[in-house]
Parts: sequence; structure tokens; C-alpha cells
Amino acid sequence: MVNTLPPVAALLPVFLLAFTGLALLLVDTISPDARSNTSMAVGGALGSLAALAASVWLVVSGTGSGDTGGAITLFAEAIKVDTMALFFTAIFASVTALVVVAAHDYFHDHESPAAFYSLVVFAATGMALLAAANSLAVVFVALEMVSLPSYVLVAYLKRDRGSVEAGLKYFLVGALSSAIFLFGISLVYASTGSLLFSGVAEGIGSLDGLAGVAGIGIVMIVGGVAFKTASVPFHFWAPEAYEGAPAPVSAFLSSASKAAGFVVAFRLFTEAFPVGASLAAGIDWVLAFGILAAVTMTLGNFAAAVQEEVKRMLAYSSIGHAGYVLIGVAALSAGGSANGAVMGAAMAHLLVYGFMNTGAFLFVAMAERWGVGRTFEDYAGLARRAPVASTAMAVFMFSLAGLPPFAGFFSKYFLFMGAIDNGFLWLAAVGAVNSVVSLYYYSRVVKALWLDDPASSSALDAIDVRPTGLYAAVVFAAVATVLLLPGFEPVIETAEAAASALF
Amino acid sequence: MIEALIGFTFAAAILVLLAPNEWAGRLAFAFSLLPFAGSLYLWSGFESAGNALTGGDIAYATQIEWLEVGGRTVSWFVGVDGISLPLVVLTTFLVPLAIVSAWTPIDARQSQFYGLMLFMEANLLGVFTALDFFLWFVFWEAVLVPMYFLIGIWGGPRRKYAAIKFFVYTNAASLLMFIGFMSLTFALGDSVSSFALPEITGAIADGGLGSFAGLAPETLATAAFLAMFLGFAVKVPIVPFHTWLPDAHVEAPTPVSVLLAGVLLKMGTYALLRFNFTMLPEQASALAIPIAAIAVISVIYGAMLALAQKDLKRIVAYSSVSSMGYVILGLIVFTEYGVGGATFQMVAHGLISGLMFMAVGVIYNATHTRMVGDMSGMADRMPVAVGILVAGAFGYMGLPLMAGFAGEFFIFVGSFAAPALPYAPLFTALAMFGIVVVAGYLLSAMQSTLFGPFELETDYEVGPAPFHDVAPLAVLLVAIIVLGVAPDIFFEMIRDAAVPVVEGVTVDG
Repeated sequence: MVNTLPPVAALLPVFLLAFTGLALLLVDTISPDARSNTSMAVGGALGSLAALAASVWLVVSGTGSGDTGGAITLFAEAIKVDTMALFFTAIFASVTALVVVAAHDYFHDHESPAAFYSLVVFAATGMALLAAANSLAVVFVALEMVSLPSYVLVAYLKRDRGSVEAGLKYFLVGALSSAIFLFGISLVYASTGSLLFSGVAEGIGSLDGLAGVAGIGIVMIVGGVAFKTASVPFHFWAPEAYEGAPAPVSAFLSSASKAAGFVVAFRLFTEAFPVGASLAAGIDWVLAFGILAAVTMTLGNFAAAVQEEVKRMLAYSSIGHAGYVLIGVAALSAGGSANGAVMGAAMAHLLVYGFMNTGAFLFVAMAERWGVGRTFEDYAGLARRAPVASTAMAVFMFSLAGLPPFAGFFSKYFLFMGAIDNGFLWLAAVGAVNSVVSLYYYSRVVKALWLDDPASSSALDAIDVRPTGLYAAVVFAAVATVLLLPGFEPVIETAEAAASALF
Repeated sequence: MIEALIGFTFAAAILVLLAPNEWAGRLAFAFSLLPFAGSLYLWSGFESAGNALTGGDIAYATQIEWLEVGGRTVSWFVGVDGISLPLVVLTTFLVPLAIVSAWTPIDARQSQFYGLMLFMEANLLGVFTALDFFLWFVFWEAVLVPMYFLIGIWGGPRRKYAAIKFFVYTNAASLLMFIGFMSLTFALGDSVSSFALPEITGAIADGGLGSFAGLAPETLATAAFLAMFLGFAVKVPIVPFHTWLPDAHVEAPTPVSVLLAGVLLKMGTYALLRFNFTMLPEQASALAIPIAAIAVISVIYGAMLALAQKDLKRIVAYSSVSSMGYVILGLIVFTEYGVGGATFQMVAHGLISGLMFMAVGVIYNATHTRMVGDMSGMADRMPVAVGILVAGAFGYMGLPLMAGFAGEFFIFVGSFAAPALPYAPLFTALAMFGIVVVAGYLLSAMQSTLFGPFELETDYEVGPAPFHDVAPLAVLLVAIIVLGVAPDIFFEMIRDAAVPVVEGVTVDG
């Protein structure tokens, strides 16, 4: 951080997002005639890109890192900006920018697209705040800030039954898990006497017979995290919500919202419930996360393999990826030498995933825009008419499967290696087996696009427009997915440094 | 220099992908001449000095750090030695010819086809020059992606099945190999600081292997050897892992078959030589008898399968399985001529099988059938193409003064009295028997299709093949003869690089 700026400037990305959201809302409210889909989208994209630029600049300048005096705490330690917070903010901002640009074409004939942009940006603001939370209270408030706009976004196509139904399901499960999460927080507060992460960590060390209460609280908090990251056992909403929601919203939820859930997990289980102190108190959440990770990735991948609709397949695949990332928490050990490496790899995987998964869902958005249908068969032969977008989709699929020429290979590899280095060979083995399974269903998409013949000669006539914004977003995500392979070094280095600072 | 070669080929692939279909083929051919010229330049300035992995000189080496994982650096590390340079030249030589041979049969989505061909060439060059495990693995896997599309989009009636079978088989094999290699690096622990292949080879030779996952170093080395051997065996392919090959070959369009047989199969034997036989020579020689037995079975069984086929492409495909058996035999005997001959045979077989597939393709372009019983007397209608095909077939049978003879001769010289392989004369004699079978099926197939009175039911006139179909055949034939007459142009550098590999094995008594 440049010395002349006040510490609060470290929250610049959050302010930029909040300001953008408010500005969009203001324009939409005060002068409904002046609003247009295009100007709102441009405003939203510029705001999120500015937040991205700000967070990258702050990372590069070393704000909150160990080199420049450590994390910056604000508001009586309720907020803490460090490299991890900024890293995740960069993920949220990139995904938001992609989604906003793509949504411009997706909602081209929607009656009131304007509110969409402010809702997305508000949700992103909540995520950025979540990444910087240092107190359980802030975590809960920020989490709700993410959730409330998300419910609306899922149900945004209010004349579409699927969208409304998905929104309702998402809301019910979300409300339930919020309640559980909040109850967990209260139990932790009751047993440790603090809401600040550092205070909780101290309290964990001297529980005095309250270990049972704290343990139940932690289990409940794990449940809340599982909801937000779409992990077992709170994953049921994900396929329904992702399938029913407008595809750009699915992209946003499955990439950014999932990452937001993970940043909470990473923070809570390093700073508030450190692995050493928890084990000493008899609370073995490492094992719980290990089982959750293994079950989540296996369930996600095997369920994805039997889907007939591409969007639903991607929904289950995103559950599978939640399982991979959970390794970043599940493979921690007290004083483990590779703790920072494995959590950093999970962060890097989330970044790569942010591009490849968002891109894949945006391709689905494009297919919905064309109206070609939802199943694998409906995608047959699309490459003849749309080779550029189909190439991008092939890149996403192979990268999600973890094939070496793409960035997804490195992030998965680092994750599994970190787990092995920390002594969790079995987690890496389960992950590797799942990766092999995933190649089957990912390559089905590629096969449909490139190898299969269209169902009828007129099947491709639906592709009558080239939505510029969607194309730009998809191609940009594909380029990022490819370039992150040679350019993986700065990403993994930043992520590992950020994660190591927590131990 | 090498990065310029690979980078240019990638750039050319992108340009061709964006070019209009009408002249994508011409453009791709023009672009592909430059990597060939580049590889000739590499060759002209090359002075052979040892094996890149065992501490010999690495020509045109570049090493730039890429990233760090678990305390080990991954770098962009490329270079060539006497084993890889001939394969680089082979690749850049075959690709332009394959592109020209595609001008007639490929009539849809040309820019994508030629773009993918060049994309594959770039990755193949990477496979043969990369000296860092990660870099090598990225290239190795990246070859599969264009191949999958090339078979799956432009292939024959069962192309989707063949493409997916190829993709699944080779990917599963890659994973096995990857796990095998990774367990080696874990067992090496702190004795290596990078994934550079020379460093890892040196550390293993110095006894740096520790135990990992509860396995003793010796057990672990054997397990890793087997995992890598199985992984590469699919690629080569060695019986019984060969079943993807006939499907892929029969369904692939001719130019793709040329590269599949000519270069992609050599990836497997090259990797076997580099990883299994150079890094773990002790484990290899401990398993000499079973490996030699598999090699001989591949030779005989592949030839027998070829004998039973009616489809000309299947015949050539199965005979490739047979020829790869010779390469494995040459490698396992661990003699100067055995290993050197095996490497030489990779190049020779690349040229000859390329020629055979191309010639079959030329006949198919005119007749639209490849079945032995469907046609006869093709020599009447396409004298030049058939003449070259016959010459190539004799090359396959091992006619002296052609490249195939030199390769097989070196292998047999090397294997007959090999000290590292018990019963070496027996294995060699059995393998030699394969040549007789090869002669049998090639002669009988040619007899019935090429000679005799012309017979073929068509509603058009079958005439001589166009110039651009025959020219690549002629160029290949010239190359085969040149290499047969003067094998030393490659064999000298190959031998220099092979000797250190052989020295890795100490023979008792």
C-alpha cells in the first residue's frame, strides 16, 4: 500500500462495487426512461472492471501482505484486508464482469433488465466484503448480502415457471441454512465468548467443558458453508437452481458464489478454528471435511455422468469441483508443512474455475439465446455454424476435466500434490479417479458439438445471430483459460503466499 | 531456435484456422515447409555428443524457469540429442507430405483440418524436444486433442467410435504413466530440485530413490517401471494393448493415418527409450525376458493379424504393430546396435508406413474401396502410384538398400548376441520369422489387387492419380532409399546417443 493513502483505501474494490451497484439502482429508480439495457450493462461492466483493476493493483503493491506490515484491520478488527481477501475479490470481479457483459445479450428482449445489473453487482459487493470479514457477525451479514440478491436473480425470469420454481427452492434451502449457520455462530459465541476470529481461536484453546457446544456450533457452521459452496449434504438446491435460473445467473452462482463460500471456509478454519487448537479440544473437523470432500466430488461427478441436459450436467460438475476445492481445507494438518501449498492450490483452482466454469455456463447462455435446446443431442453439430464459440467450449470442457494443455490441469495437479505432501494420499487418489470419470461427460459435450451431425438440416438455422457481448465474454474466458497455463506462476505464487500467511 | 520452430508452427496453425477453406491446404503446405527447413538447419549445425539424459551435450538447449511446485522447479527446457533430432526431422518432413496428400480426399472444413494438422505438428515437435517432465507431458497430452478431432470429424463411417476409443485408451494410459513417474519423483525426495529429465535420470542413477507410500525403493522402481511401461505400451502399441490402433487407422483419413503411424506411434517408443530404458535400466534388464517375449509376440501376432485382413489399410495398420515389436526387441537387448537400430527403425518405419498409407489412400481416392477382393489390376490404370507402392512394400519386407533393411539389420545384429538378454539368439530367430510372414501378406495382397487384368465396378473411368497425389509418394521413396544406402547420416548420431543408455546396464559375467 502506498503510504500516503489511509488504511481504509484497502477496501477500494468493495467501495467501487458498492458504488456501482448504488449508481445503477439510482439511475433505474430516478429516471426509468433514461435506463437502457446497454448503458446499464456498460456501467456494471466498467464498475466491476474497475474493482478488478483495483484489487489486482492492491495485490501487486503488496497491500496487506507480510512484506508490507501484514494484514490491514479496520472497524475494530471486524474487517481484515490481506492478500487472500484481495485475491478472492479479483475472482469475484472478473466473474461479475464476464456475466454482466454476457447478460447484455441474454436479456436483450427482457422487459426490465436494469435491476439485474444492480443485483449482480450488489451480490458481488457482499462477496468482496465476505472475503475481508474478520468477525462472525460480518460473515453473517455479508453472507446474507450475497444470498438475498441471489434468490431474486435465480427467479429473474418471472414469467418462466422453471426460473420461479428454482428461485423458491433456492430461497427455502438458503433460509434454512442461514438459520443453521446463525445458530452455529451463536453456539460458538456462547462457548468462546467472542465473535472476532482471533477471539474465537483463543476461546477454542480454553473451552472448559464447553467443547461439545463449540463442536456442535462448528458442525452447524460447516453446514452453512456447505450450502454456499454447493457441497454435500446441502447441495440439493444447486442442480435445480442452476438449471432453472437464467444461464448468466447460473454462471455467477456456480463460480463467484461458490468461491465466496470457500473464502469463508478458508478463513474460519484457519483463523477462528485453527486445526491444531480444534484437534486439541477434541473437535476433528479435518476428518469431517475429508469425508465431505470425497463424497461431494464422487457424488457430483457420477451424477453429472448420467445427465441428459448440458446445463444440469454443468450443475453437477460444479458440485464435483466443490469437492476438489474442499481438499484445500480437508488436507490441512496441525503444523503441516504443505498447509499453505494445498490451500493456495485450492484458491488457484477457484480462480481458474472462475474462468472455465463461467465460460461454460455462458456458452449455455448463448445456446439458450439461440434457442437450440438443452440436451446433448440438441447441441449436435453446433461447431459447423459457430466454430469460434465451440472451440471455446471445447477448451472449457477439456480444462474442467483437467487435461494438460489447459490451466485446469495445473490447478488440479497442485491441489492433489499439496494433499499428498501433507499426507492425504487417499484424498488425492479419490480426486484423480473422479477426474478420470469427469473426462467422460465433459467429452460428451465436445463430441456433440464437433463430431455429431445435426439432427436435421434445419436444426442449425436457429443460429441466426452473433451476440457480441456473449461472444466476447466466452472468447475472453477461453483465452484466459489457455493463458493461465503458461501464466500460472504468478497466480499460484500469490495464492500460496496468501494462504501461508494464515498459518 | 527450437522455441522459434514450435512457436512458428503454432502461429501457422492459427493463421490456417482463420484462412478461407479454398486455399487453406496450399497455405498450410507453404507454412509447413518452414519447420522442415528449420529442422534441417538444426541438423546441419548438430554435432553429436552423447545422450541428453545421461549428461551428454544437449544441442540448442534453452532452459527458462516456469513455476515451482513442492520445492521443485518446472521449466521450459528444450533441446535435442542424437535420438531426438532424427525424430524431429522425421516429423517436419512427413507433415508437409501428409498435407499435400490431403488435398484430394479432404473436401470439407479444410481450414480446420489443416490448422489442426499444424497444431499437432507443433505439439509433436514439443514432445520430441522437451526435456522437462511437465513440459513434455503437456505436449504429450496436447497431441491427443487435435488427433481426436482429426479422426472424429474427417474419418470414415465409424469415426466417432474410433476417435473416442483412441482418446479414452491413450488418456487412461497417460494417467497410469503419470502416476508411475510421479511416484518416482516423490521417492527421489530432496535429491532433485526440478523436473528436468537429465537431473532426474542422474539422481536415479546415483541411487537417490528413497521409499514412498510404504514401498521400498526397489519395489517402487519396479512398480513405476511397470506403470510407465503399460502407459507407453498402449501408445506404441504392443500386443495386447493394440486394439485401438486398427480402428483409429481404418477410420482416420489417409493423411492422418500417415502421421498416426509415421510419428505418433514413435512417441510411444521414444518415451519408452527415454523413460523406461534410460532412467530405469536395471528394472528393464531385470524384466528382459518378459519384455522380449512381448516384443516377439507383437512381431508374430501383428503379422498374423495382418495376414488375416482384407482391408488394405488394416493390413498396413497391423503390420505397424509387428514393426513396433522389432523396436521393442532392439531396445530391451541393451546393445549399441540394438538400441541404435531400434531408434533408426523408428525413423525408417515412419517413412515406410507413411508411404504405404499414402499409397493405399491414393488408390482409395480413385476406387473408393480398400478391400482386397474388390479390385484387381490397378497397375494398369495407375502405373506410377502402384510402382511406388510396390517399391515401398519391398522396403517393408526389408529389401537391402532400403531404410527398413538397415533398421532391422541393426536390430538383429544387436540382439543376436546380446549379453543382457538370456536366450537372445532364440528371441532373435523367432522375430526374424516375422519377416517371412510380412512378405507373405504383402505379396499376396499386392498380387490380387495390383496385378492381373483390371477389374473394378465403377460408373466412372479410373485413371492415373493426379501429380500432387503421387509426388509425396515419390519423395518418400527417395528418402527411404537414401536412408537405406547411407544409414550413417542418422545412425552415427543415434549411436552416439545410444551408447550411454547401453552403459547403464551392467551385465554379470
